[in-house]
Formats: sequence, C-alpha cells, structure tokens
Amino acid sequence: MNDQILSITRRHFFKSSGLGLGALALQSLLQREAVAKPQSNNPLAPKAPMFAPKAKRVIYLHMPGSPSQLELFDYKPELQKLHMKDAPPSFLEGKRFAFIKGVPKILAGQFKFKQHGQSGQWVSELLPHFAKVVDKTCIIRTVHTDQFNHAPAQLYVQTGSPRLGNPAMGSWVTYGLGSENQNLPGFVVLLSGGKTPDGGKSLWGSGFLPSVYQGVQCRTTGDPVLYLSNPAGLDRNLRRRTLDTLAKMNQAEFERSGDSETLTRIAQYELAYRMQTSVPEVMDISKEPQHILDLYGAKPGFVAQSDSADDPRVLYKGDDPTFANNCLLARRLVENGVRFVQLYDWGWDHHGSSLGESIDETLPIKCQQIDQAIAGLLIDLEQRGLLDETLVVWGGEFGRTPMMQNNVRTELRKGYVGRDHHTNAYTMWTAGGGVKAGLAYGQTDEFGYFPTEHPVSIRDLQATIQHLLGLDPYRFSYAYQGLNNRLIGPTEEGKVLKGILA
Amino acid sequence: MVPTIPTSSLPLRRRIAKLVLAFAAATTFVSFGASGAEPVRFGSDVLPILAANCFACHGPDEKNRKANLRLDVESEAKAKRRIGSPVVPGEPDKSLILARMTSNDPDMVMPPPSAHKQISAAQIETIRRWIAEGAKWERHWSFEPVVKPVIAGKLQPIDALVSAALAKRNLALRAKASPQTLVRRLWLDLIGLPPTPEIADKFAADASPAAYERMVDELLARPQFGEHWARTWLDLARYADTKGYEKDLGRTIWPFRDWVVNALNADMPLDQFTTEQLAGDLLPNPTQQQIIATAFHRNTMTNDEGGTDNEEFRVAAVKDRVDTTMQVWMGLTMGCAKCHTHKYDPISHAEYYGFYALFNQTEDADLYTDAPTLELLTPKEQEQRQRLQTNIEAVSKALTAMEEAADKAYETEERKWRLPAVTETLSKDGATLTTKDGTITASGKAPPEDNYIVTLELSAGTHTALRLEALTEKQTSGELAVGRGNGFVLSELSAELLETSGARSLRFVNARADFAEAKAAIDGDEKTGWSVSSRPQEKHEAIFDFAEPLTLHAAAKLRVVLSQQAGDTKTLRRFRLMTSSAAADSLQPRHPMPELRKLRDELTAAFKAQKDFNDNVVRLPLMRELANDKQRQTKIHIRGNFLEQGEAVAPGVPAAFGKLPAGAPLNRLGVAQWLVNKENPLTPRVWANRVWARLFGVGIVETEEDFGAQGSAPTNAELLDWLAAEYRDNGWSLKKLLKIIVMSETYKQVSDTTIALRESDPRNVLQSRGTRFRLSAEAVRDQALSVSGLLSSKMGGPPVMPPQPAGLWRTTYNAKTWIDAEGEDRFRRGLYTYLKRTTPYPTMTTFDGGSGEVCQIRRIRTNTPLQALVTLNDPVYLEASAGLARRMVTEATDSQTRAERGLRLALIRPLRAGEAAPLISLQKEAQQTFEAAPEKAEALLKSARADLPAGISKPAFAAWIVTANAILNLDEFLSRN
Repeated sequence: MNDQILSITRRHFFKSSGLGLGALALQSLLQREAVAKPQSNNPLAPKAPMFAPKAKRVIYLHMPGSPSQLELFDYKPELQKLHMKDAPPSFLEGKRFAFIKGVPKILAGQFKFKQHGQSGQWVSELLPHFAKVVDKTCIIRTVHTDQFNHAPAQLYVQTGSPRLGNPAMGSWVTYGLGSENQNLPGFVVLLSGGKTPDGGKSLWGSGFLPSVYQGVQCRTTGDPVLYLSNPAGLDRNLRRRTLDTLAKMNQAEFERSGDSETLTRIAQYELAYRMQTSVPEVMDISKEPQHILDLYGAKPGFVAQSDSADDPRVLYKGDDPTFANNCLLARRLVENGVRFVQLYDWGWDHHGSSLGESIDETLPIKCQQIDQAIAGLLIDLEQRGLLDETLVVWGGEFGRTPMMQNNVRTELRKGYVGRDHHTNAYTMWTAGGGVKAGLAYGQTDEFGYFPTEHPVSIRDLQATIQHLLGLDPYRFSYAYQGLNNRLIGPTEEGKVLKGILA
Repeated sequence: MVPTIPTSSLPLRRRIAKLVLAFAAATTFVSFGASGAEPVRFGSDVLPILAANCFACHGPDEKNRKANLRLDVESEAKAKRRIGSPVVPGEPDKSLILARMTSNDPDMVMPPPSAHKQISAAQIETIRRWIAEGAKWERHWSFEPVVKPVIAGKLQPIDALVSAALAKRNLALRAKASPQTLVRRLWLDLIGLPPTPEIADKFAADASPAAYERMVDELLARPQFGEHWARTWLDLARYADTKGYEKDLGRTIWPFRDWVVNALNADMPLDQFTTEQLAGDLLPNPTQQQIIATAFHRNTMTNDEGGTDNEEFRVAAVKDRVDTTMQVWMGLTMGCAKCHTHKYDPISHAEYYGFYALFNQTEDADLYTDAPTLELLTPKEQEQRQRLQTNIEAVSKALTAMEEAADKAYETEERKWRLPAVTETLSKDGATLTTKDGTITASGKAPPEDNYIVTLELSAGTHTALRLEALTEKQTSGELAVGRGNGFVLSELSAELLETSGARSLRFVNARADFAEAKAAIDGDEKTGWSVSSRPQEKHEAIFDFAEPLTLHAAAKLRVVLSQQAGDTKTLRRFRLMTSSAAADSLQPRHPMPELRKLRDELTAAFKAQKDFNDNVVRLPLMRELANDKQRQTKIHIRGNFLEQGEAVAPGVPAAFGKLPAGAPLNRLGVAQWLVNKENPLTPRVWANRVWARLFGVGIVETEEDFGAQGSAPTNAELLDWLAAEYRDNGWSLKKLLKIIVMSETYKQVSDTTIALRESDPRNVLQSRGTRFRLSAEAVRDQALSVSGLLSSKMGGPPVMPPQPAGLWRTTYNAKTWIDAEGEDRFRRGLYTYLKRTTPYPTMTTFDGGSGEVCQIRRIRTNTPLQALVTLNDPVYLEASAGLARRMVTEATDSQTRAERGLRLALIRPLRAGEAAPLISLQKEAQQTFEAAPEKAEALLKSARADLPAGISKPAFAAWIVTANAILNLDEFLSRN
C-alpha cells in the first residue's frame, strides 16, 4: 500500500480507535515507521481489537428475499383462528406495503410447529435438522428494520445505510481487525440460489474504505477468484520465473527511486502467487472425508441446473447442495483464518404472485436446501472447537406479513400462497462467538406483527456484532467527508444487546 | 497536572468556579508555546479541534446544544457567563474551556466520557497558545475570500510559493527529471496515454523550454485530452450505464459522457460548464447540447424494484443532487443536514431543505422509463423511423380494405345470427365489464384468472347455438390484441336458463372454432380450454351448439359463465355473444381467408419492427422544470424522513455562503450562478485543488471532499489561493490552469527520493520532489493496449464490453447480457467500458475505480494481490502481451534488441546497461520450456489470440509473450514517475 494512503488509513484507525496517542507523537511514529520499515505496509495484517473480543470471525448467512418468520420460527396459533378473515385496521393504518393493496386477509401459518431441545424453542417442521441443534442458537424474534424493498433493506443490514456507497460489515471488520491468513482474502463472499442478491456487489463493496477491504467473491465454478489461474499454456514454473524476473527488476527500480510502494508491489505479486495455490486448495471440498460431506449434505463439484438460469426459482430442487457446499467452504475458510465469510442464498422472496415463489411450495424446497447444511455447520464448528470464537448469524433483510399478499390473487390457490414484506418484526438467529446458547430473545404479539418485548433494530444488531468482535461500535469509525463514519450510523440509537451476550 | 479536588458534593456552578481557581493555580508556571514558533491561526489550527470535539453539543445545531453554549460564534464563546467566560483573550488560565478540557473529574471534563472523544495534550496546548496570543477569531479558512499572493522575484509563481515553503525546512526544488521521463509523465498526465520512445527521443534532442511548451500545447489540443480528463469529472458526476439498485437495468446516458469529453476538449470555461450541466434547460432558447448537459444530475439512480414507492426514490435522487452539488463545487458535506443541523459546518436543517427546494422542481419521478428523456436520432435513424411508420400505415390500410370486402361477402351468412341484449355483467375477480351495443369490454384491474358472468335476454323463438366472438382492441402501441395478456384461454363455458321455476343448466355439444380446439372449453375440465395464444392479434370465434335447441315461448334470460383459469391474465378483452335459430349443422365459424391472415401477420411484423426500433433508440434522461402550476412545496423532512414532513421552507442557499447573486432566479440556474460567482471562495479553491491532486497524487488540501471544519488544512494555503485566483480570473480555463502547473519547475522535478527527503517530507506534501504513483484503472488498461499497438482510437458512442469472465452478470433480473466484444470495440479506452452499477467491470474496481453509485471525489489508491492477478492473467493483458511481443519480434532482430525494444516501448526512457538482461534470460528459459512442451506454446498462443509472425517458431514467440507479460507488470510501467 502506498505509504501516504497507508498513513491516512492508519491515522484514521488510531484516531478512531481512541488509543489516546497525541497527534504529534502519532505523526512522528508514522513517519518513523514509513522511513524505517517501508515493507511492512500490509493493510490486511492482523490488528489488535479495541478490547478483548468474544468472537474472532464471522460467518454471516444472509437469505436475500427474506424467509417467512411465521412459517419457520415465530409460532402464532392465533393466526389460525383469523385465517382468511380481513386484517384489522391496526395492521394497516399508517403502514406502507410493497404489494399489498386495500384490506388483505390474515394468513395462518402454513406449517406445523413443535418445541425442541432443552430450551424448548418453537421450530417449524420445515427445519428438522435445525431443530436438533436449536440449543446451540440464540433466536431473536423481534428484529425490525425501516426498509421494505429488497435492495435498500439488504444494504441497510450489510452496510448500515439503505443507499449505496457505504462499506460492508465485512469490510469494516477486516479494516478493523485485518486478516489472520495473508494467503487468502480477509473477507470472502459465496453465493447460491442462482442469482446475485438484489443489492448487487455493493453489498460487499468497501464504500469509502480503501478497496483492499472489499469482499472477494469466491466462485465455485470457473476461477474461484477472478483471474486466479495462469493463462492456458503458462505453467506454474514459468509463472515463478516471470515473478523472479519481475522481482529482480522491481528491486532495482526501488533502489533507484526509493519508493516503498515498489517493495509493496513485489510483496503483493508474491502473495498473488501464493493465492494461486492456497485459494483453490481451500476451495476444494472434495478432499473432505465422506462423513463430513454427509454432515452438511455437500456434494463436491455439483453444478445446479438452476445456476444462472434466467429464472432459477422454478428449477429449485430440495437436494441442491450448492448452499451446503458453501457452508462447508465457510468452515474451511474460517478455519484458515479468513475474518469474515458472507453467504448469500438467493430465492426467499415468497410473494405467491407467480410460479416458484410461494410459501406453500417454494419455501419447503428452500428449507431443504439449507436445513441440514446449517445444522452441519454448527455441529462441525463445535466439534473442531471453532464455534466459541466464530459468530454465526442467519437472517433475511426483513420479514413477511401475517397477511396474505393480495395484489394478484385474493383467494388461496395452491402454489400461489404468499406473504408481503414486513418490517416491524422478524426472526434472525445467531450462534457461537460469545452469544448465549439456547436463548429465545424477544417476544412478538399474538399475530407476530409487532415486538412486545426486546425489540431489536438493525443498528442494535450491527453494534452487537462489532462488540462481540472487540470493536467499540461507537468509537470504531473512519473519517470521510468531514464525518466520523460508523457502521451504526451517526446517531447513538444502536445499542449492544447485553441480553444475548454469553 | 491539575490536582484532584473532591468536588462531587458541591453544586455544579461552585464546582466549576473551584475548578477554574485550581486550574489557574496549577498552570501559572506553564510557559506558552515553543519559542519562535509561528502564531497559532484560529481558522486552520484551533477551529478544527473545536469542531471535532465541541461542536456536537456547542455548535450550530440548536436542538442538541447543551448548557446554552455555543463555541462556533465569537461573541458567545467570549461572552461573560455566570462564573466566567469560556474564552478570555490573553488569559488561558481564566478561560473555562481549558479548565474543563483538563479536568480530572469525570463529571467536569470536556468532552464528557459519554461522547467517546479525547482531546490530545498537543491540541490543548494549541488552544492554550491561541488564547495566550489574544484569541483572535477568524472564519474557517476556506470560507474566507481568496487572496491572490503577490509574487516578487523572477521565479514562476508556483515555484516561488513551493520554494518558500521548502526553504522553511531547509529544502529546495530538485533537479528536472530526464527529458524522456518528463515526456512520459506529461503524456500520461494530460492525455492518459504514453508517448512512443521516438517522440521522447526527439524531445530529448531539443529539450528547450520552447519545445516543452510546444509539447504541452500539442497535448492539450489532442482529442484524447478530453477522454482522459472526463474520467475525473465522470467520477464526480457518478456516471454509469445502468440505473442502479436491484434491477439495475441499462440506460442510454452515454451522450452525456460524450458531451463532457467534447466540453473539456473545447476548454469550456468552468462557469459555462457548471451552468449548462446544472441548468442548461433553464437557459433562454437552450440548444440540444445544453439540454444534453443536464443529464449530469440524471445520473442519479432509479429504483425499478417491484413494490417501491416512486416518491421515496425521487426524493433520494433529489437529495443526491443536493449533496453532489455541494460536494463537487463547494467541497462541503451537506448530507448530515438532511436529518439535523450540521454539527460542524454552518448549514442548518432548514437551510438544507431550502437548498433542496431549488432542486425539487424537476419532472423526473423515479419512473421506469427514466422520463423525461430526449430521443437522440441520427438522420439515418430518423429516416428509418419514418419508413417503419409508413409501412404500418400502408399495411393497415390494405388490411382494412380487405376486411371490409370480406365482411361484405359474409353478410348473408352473418344474418343467421342474432345479438341478444346484455342485461347484466360481472367479473368475479374484479375486472370492470362495460357493455355497448351488445359488445362487452373488460378494463381496469386485470386479474391473472377470472370468471365473466354475462346475462343475456333471449327473444322468444328457437335458439340452436351460441357463438362467442373474441374481438380485438387497439392498444396504445397501435397493435391489436384479443386478450388482456398474450391472447386468452377459455377454460370452460357454461350456461343456465333462468326460468321462473329456477335456473336450468344447459349442456353444449359440438364446439368448433376458427382456430384451435374449442371443445376443450366444454369438456368439464378447468385445466384445459380453448386457447388462441399463438395468434393473439386477430379476432376469433367459436360456436357451441345447445345439446337440445331452446324453444322459448317468451323472452328469457340466459346466464353464461366464461371461466378463464390459465393465469397470466389470459382473459378476454372484448367479446360478443350471439345465438342463432338456424339448423346447428348449417352454422360454421368464419375462417378468415389465407390472404387476410397473411396481411395480419405482416402488420404484426411491422409493429414488431417498430417496437424493436423504439426499444433501441437512445433516450437520454434530462432535467426539465415542472410547470408553474405543478411546482412542489418543500417542507423539512424530520430526521430526514420524507414521510414525516415539518414546516414549509423557502428556497434559498445557506446563509453562511452568501446570497444568490443579484438578479439570479430562484432555481437551479440561480444555484449555478451562485456557485461560479466571483465572490464564492470555495468553487475555485476546490477545483484548483482537484486539478493539483490529479497531477501530484495528493491535494494541497488532502481531504478533497471536505473543505469544511473537519477537513484537513491546506499544506500551502498561499499556493492554493494563487491557483484558485489564477483559474478564476483567467477565464476559468482548465487548459490554462494545467499548462501553468505543468510548465513549473515544481512539476518537472525528478521523482526519485532519498532517505533524507523521506524524513523531512515523508508524504511529499511540500513537493520536495516529483511524484511517483500507480496509474489509474483506466490508464493501466489504456497504456497496456497502447504500447501493444492494440488500442482503438475510436471516440464516443455507446459503451463497449471488453472481455470479462463468464457468469459475472447474475443479477436478479438479467435484461442485458455481457457479450465480449470482437474487433475494435474489444480494445477501446477504459472510459468506454460498460459500467453496470451493481456489477462493475471487475478490473476497474480492482484498480480503485468506482461503481458510479455515488459521487466519488477521489479514488484512494491501493496496492493489492488482486491487481497483480489482473495484469498477469486477465485476457485483456494477455492479448496486450501478445501485441507487444509481436512488436518486439517484428521491430527488432535478435534476443538482445527485441528485449530492449519491448522495454523501451513500455518505459520510454533510454535503458541502462544490462537492464534487459533478466528479460533475455526469461525469454530463453521460457523458449526451452515451450520447445520441450510444444502443446503449451500452442495453448498460450491460442489463449492470447496471437497470430504467429513470419519467421519465428511457436515456442520462441510464446516465450516472447511471456516476456512481454513481465514487461507489462513492471512496477515502473504501472507507475507514473
């Protein structure tokens, strides 16, 4: 990294992390470092957190489209009684919906619930594997947001702003903590479901942070990282020879010009060379023993039929292992020191207005795709002693209405049962990394419409994740455009959820 | 340190009084300031500290102000309060702010622990010195008028000002860079492309000031100048080729990009450049070019996601325009005033919306069409449009004539049918059915499935059959349609006769139609039906015989149910029901003549051609002011929420930055005039700083995006003001400003550095040497293509798609696919690469290019392994390597000269002895590798798309490609030095 830029980012970091160094002392420190150790300019070197962390890394499982909490986690028998009756005015007054028009009908939960584990949490029949590991998780039923369209709501969860241009949570975290493995990217993104999430690559963009902190999308087909492979015909030995030649000539250039940036470039080319083997290695799940593959339901080398289809949803199959493969990859990545692994599994937007997006037919398929994989991930992390220090987060960008969506069809029709976007209360869960296990946090009213106890805002969630990682959400900031920008935004609304901390 | 006094039991006022006493006692022995140091300046030294630490509670924001104290206003900061004054000029030990800042009492210390802020000892010392020196108040430095320094002596003004700053550190300007290095620097800086070694050598042979100046003039006059400098402007303009957000569909806004290139090439003065882009539409009799310029503020995003509130995203776009305008011209962040009064800069919540009101009067409203737009047709396209229209009219006319003739010929047959009165209609799923002259038309809501229930009054007599005629209706496009969606499907037809004794179900037999099988509509199965979907543009009819003819003694009501359950709004649009008394077997559906069908098909094709044409027309989004009677009233958005509106505000500019110039209108045109008004100190400073930063890597004000209280102070304030005044007073000419900078000795310095220099000016902010930095994303690409001889010089037009890895565009809704360009468009300048906001071209973002989502003031330069992977392995660079290899092989004769040729083409400067040796041995070894494995040579040539030059073996040429690839990855090649 350019040393002038390095010192910009460092100064921001020191300033924001409140280490209490005098500005003058700091300036001279930076100058000394820049002069004395030009080759140590690695912006991804591990950095100490601001205080002792509970979690060292994050696996964030985002379900773009937003699964229905009323079919999965938030059991509301009361809805059964009001099934297909008009929604009361209190549900509608002053509310904005994406698609619901007029007075919609109440829709009962479409699947059965049972209590599971020692904690006795209610879990849907659609998640039988998850039900078995429910005691490892903390289910939060009262998350609320203020964005009810996908792209802005996803951006809000992941970047702290519904508009574009802010750094992703993973970028913040790698900026704050660096990465523990210099041969792999610090912030990795894996996709399934056949599509990029609605918010696009901005969801893992670095915003105003230096682009070195942007998420690197690792792909399971083609080069796992773009341009990772040498061109056909150019083998690894020849690449090594090229790099040796480059290093020799660049070293001579450094000796003449004295620009430490040149040394950094030599180091980055060497890192690229190491990544050429380390990334495919970590991305290769075929070497995992069969019982581990079975634990997740993973199938190495599988390419889904729905992958990159124009509309993949109608092609979804319950035994599609793409998400399971990604969960296994996530474990391999964190095991190898990657700081933040972000999974997006597209296809959870169950409006019921067209084929392949219904609560009654599509949701069960999507649940089959993720259920065993998620349970496998938690079990595997635990058996490797990784769960304690790995924070796992699961959820969508909002929830779904207790009312049936009515803008296309007003009557129930098989394969077309749907719910609209709901912002007031929805379910997310976390596990590992300093979070209380077996906890049900927050209560919603009898219809699952509003929180009645412990409402949790997106800002609270972001503050809590940062806190668990040893980053003070209020002081961890980056000065840009005259503001000390923070993931939790300019106000002090975001609160660390003390109640879920272990 | 201040001794701790147990004070917590005392009332606050007494505790503060005690604190001041203790503070005075403790500090009397402190000597102020380092001897001989320059006096502390309030505007640049003190204000930033107060802004960062105090203004959040004691600043402009009235709502959050604590203790009714503000420190951003001199009179208040120095006012006598009950127990003293915050600032007592000349008497630091009596100044309350210092007492509070240094207190050990957590209840007393400022800023309070809850603010998570900490003032350093050095900062407190600065404040102390400032008070001791008399606490002279100033406005924030950037808000003060630009004062052009008077330069004495023979030095060029820039050199004089830089030298003066350097002299204070016992430094001086360094020697000139070598002529060839200087030429390369100049080319890359001014046009973003490298020169050839021949051009550089020619200059080196006569490196006179006049020759240098000629080269500067020549470069500034090249069309590539505009292409290069447009990039800086397009980053600010958040230019992209798509609309952003979830769907991120394409838009044709590239004519705006071409406008920018042309304006820069024409050296359009900044005041005009500003006015045309912000308010070209409001100028008297605007030209088409002035209208095109207004697309600047239509680079905001449009959200086409289903279920979005257009007003929400219209408001977001207007706010983006407000924020971008302030950022780009004034260097101020206005964004925070959306929600509350700015905590650091003098912009109140109400003033934000006053300024917003000036932008809140345009027609655009987050519509799918991006309306309002301007169609831009070439003369050829205009002709084509006319031809398509004429064709439609001609075919329609012929069709009408043929249909009339056919109707006439069918009159006798048609007399067999009677049209009963329609007494009642009902759509079960909410469509509106209206009846006129016995024809029923569906309108309004278009449910995916529907049941139409129609009651007819049948006259007395015999009725043998029922005929359903599905009629067509003209759509807005002019095309005919028989269904509400694509055609219709009649799932089931049923009828009952309403008799006094009750309803009697009737059975139908023997269904027949002009097209497809109608009997599926009477088979009792809702899943099958009479479907005409493959011919949805013409009318159809079906006849259903009553199983037993009806013989009515008196008129009776017949209720017909038309069930349409196929979904996708495959429902009838317009239809008629008739009965006949003729013998059922004499009734046949009317089959259109083959000629008629052919003509109908022709018309369909003609409409399709027109639609295809219209879909591909360039429609440039533009700004248009709402009519007077449609103007919006702007209210404050409480906490920035557009749904929570407060008091109405009058349009205007923030008071701290002067009024609109006399006679300026209260609209965007007035804003433009205000921004470029000579009284405005910010616009020229911000722009001059921006230009400087592009040439020197860092601005004189490093925070190019923030000239407010929180931004960094200028490293050479006099230099900045000299440049700003020069720019403003010399006709706002970018080319003149650039010329004066690149003609300076400061610019021409050698960029090599020494340990001593790095110690005294580590970040080269004083210009103690020339600057060396990695090229921009576009320049990295353009340079590689240029030295390899592949670069296309084609200018302007639609964006292009150079190779990118397959499968990147997997966005939620693919409306357009990435197809790797072939031919010239594969090798266009980076400026022309298609920029999709949610999936930008990967190599551009890897090299710090933006996504065009928000205004990007500067790109923070990074150095990453992913960049190495791009220039090593991206097919673009591999093809460039092959191009360079070809030049090496064809322009020189042996290993030595070939390696040297390649290196010189890349680095331009003369080579040092033995410099090419590592390349020669790389080539040699690579050739041995390829000779041992010829299939690898074959594979490399193929992946590099290389044609084998004459007289060289495949392994040898493949080895030259590897060598060229190394050259294109040299640090010196990727850098401008």
